[in-house]
Amino acid sequence: MKPRSILEDIGKSLTIAVWFMVLLFPLMVMKVNVTRGVAQVQFRWNLLPFVGIAAFVLSYLWKIALEWRERRGNDKSGGVFGKIKTLGGAYFAKPAVRTSSLVALLAFAIAYPFLFGMYHTNVMITAFIYVILALGLNIVVGLGGLLNLGYAAFFGVGAYTYGLMWKYVGPSFVASGIDPGWLFWISLPMAGIIATLFGILLSLPVLRLRGDYLAIITLAFGEIFRMVMQNSGNFTGGATGISLIPRPWFFGQKLPPTKAAIYIYFIAIVLVILTIFVVRRIEDSRVGRALEAMREDEVACEAMGINLVKNKLITFALGAFWAGIAGVVMAAQTTYINPDSFTLWESIIILMAVVIGGTGSIPGVIGGAILLKLLPEYFRALAQYRMLIYGIAMVLVIIFKPDGLIPRKRKQYTFEGKEGAK
Amino acid sequence: MEYFLKLFLSGTAKGSIYALIALGYTMVYGIVQLINFAHGEIYMIGGFTALIFGGFFFSKGMPVGLVLLFSVLLSIMYAAAFGFTVEKIAYRPLRGKPRLSALISAIGVSMVLQNFVLLSQTEKFLAFPSYLPEFKWLQPYKEYINSTQLIILGVTAVIMVLLTLLIKFTRIGKAMRATAQDMHMAQLVGVDINQVISVTFIIGSALAAIGGVLICSYMGQINYYIGFIAGIKAFVAAVLGGIGSIPGAVLGSFVLGWTESLGTGYISSDYEDAFAFIILIVILLIKPDGILGRTQRQKV
Repeated sequence: MKPRSILEDIGKSLTIAVWFMVLLFPLMVMKVNVTRGVAQVQFRWNLLPFVGIAAFVLSYLWKIALEWRERRGNDKSGGVFGKIKTLGGAYFAKPAVRTSSLVALLAFAIAYPFLFGMYHTNVMITAFIYVILALGLNIVVGLGGLLNLGYAAFFGVGAYTYGLMWKYVGPSFVASGIDPGWLFWISLPMAGIIATLFGILLSLPVLRLRGDYLAIITLAFGEIFRMVMQNSGNFTGGATGISLIPRPWFFGQKLPPTKAAIYIYFIAIVLVILTIFVVRRIEDSRVGRALEAMREDEVACEAMGINLVKNKLITFALGAFWAGIAGVVMAAQTTYINPDSFTLWESIIILMAVVIGGTGSIPGVIGGAILLKLLPEYFRALAQYRMLIYGIAMVLVIIFKPDGLIPRKRKQYTFEGKEGAK
Repeated sequence: MEYFLKLFLSGTAKGSIYALIALGYTMVYGIVQLINFAHGEIYMIGGFTALIFGGFFFSKGMPVGLVLLFSVLLSIMYAAAFGFTVEKIAYRPLRGKPRLSALISAIGVSMVLQNFVLLSQTEKFLAFPSYLPEFKWLQPYKEYINSTQLIILGVTAVIMVLLTLLIKFTRIGKAMRATAQDMHMAQLVGVDINQVISVTFIIGSALAAIGGVLICSYMGQINYYIGFIAGIKAFVAAVLGGIGSIPGAVLGSFVLGWTESLGTGYISSDYEDAFAFIILIVILLIKPDGILGRTQRQKV
């Protein structure tokens, strides 16, 4: 690499600064307001120098960051971070360290709702719901390589299963003196099954489609689901949704909200652990291997005798199942659902959790989901800038870590032959 | 019949606006295989820029014709500049990386632009004063079509022709076709890929800006969020016609416009957006590559 001349760099950054000052001029400096059909423009000249200075500094940093990225790409040893990672990895590979740190993590998770208040517990529940969702979507996107932009619909199917159960079956439960708290436990597997059926239903017509066509058709299904929920007011409560959904009861006891939150927290933890367990098992199973093969190359995979149709059905069904489960927990936690909770943005955020965490990597996806749900909660102080920062962070992460924060490790088989054997 | 004609014409006008946005989608997709989620935001920025400059020039007492001309020109220039900048910052560093990464980056850009406009301007719906002329001679037919709709149709038609000429007969058009066919091969025969991609983004964004000004004049209002819905619709239109194909995008847009307009007219207005998605599903079931899309041969 040729040595950089500082002057040249500064010149470039100055050009970029001027470019941004011109580019952002109408939106930043001129503020428009329309009164009685006449647009009036106010000038905010004081903002202009800020734009210039910020663009100058940021463009300089941007350049350095891109160079750093390139160097890291060429340098296979991975620099200081890489060494820490290798050392850390070796340390965590020891079974004793692994077990004890997992136990410590679990102990912390169990103590969490008692250490922190109800607010934090509720935030954590939401994060866990997203972990389940992201792990479910990871089966579709990470393992099967099928882009699903309508995943929130399955989430909605789960939530509405519980909501509708409460609305239509709940009263008869109460009338016949049966504890309505059982509804949660009946709805949980039911929602999983119904969501799975929806997943199969959706995947039937899309079996012939590939890549982006698949993405857009799942998007279409998701939006249709939302609109049907919104417009069939008599049955689903329409845009107002279903409210006063009961929280799960604890062995026939109605819990006060604080205790119920802790209870749901533990239910969520158990479900998360169950999901992780099952998803890991799937990954290493025959089906998981088949899905991975399908992701890598559909034609080659078919040539190896793998039934693509069956595999695609399995992918969607498995993914949808977990969304359904998560939906029930979500309905129980918020006690209120309406179609607005299942928009395209919701699907996108779940997809983001998967991709930012690291598509196909279970620890990555878990981390991504927790990060994506916790950060905005704790940045509420920056309220109005939150979404802007969120977007910027997303672009940055994806540019500098395109495989996600914790990338998937490829399976490698090492040949341990006898020594000396050739 | 009269009712049908009315719906058909309003569907045509709607379709031609979708077409302006869908063209940008399909051109970008054809070349870099990226679903450019931020395209809708560029269209919204185009509309906002026109509103800002239009308001400024109008308040300075400029005649309406010039206000229209300057605000549209500036809006096209700014939208093009935004498209160019976004590509350089958010998409170029991701070239050659997994395709999902670029998609996520595009979604991020879409969020950034939306919230940037929300913060720097307003979160309210603003009335959009139309500077488009009213045709006197159209008065008797205003049941069927109004001046704005007619202008939209005319502008779209002219742009289609120009775009086709550009792609078929100019040097850069040829380079674009070559890049769309095979990026590496095009590079080998000396096509400057970066330039071609930049030009594609610039043209797509400029078209989106024209669409933005026209549809905002037609609907009479603007808001930071309008781009998202319009972007999704236009993307549906592009896929409907076969993504990557320019005539396909136009045809898909018209099909979408007609379906929506006839569906809301004859069935129910509650499901306006659902019609778009239902027609998409139906068509993709019959023709998995869209109406005019070429069947892709799968190879290992």
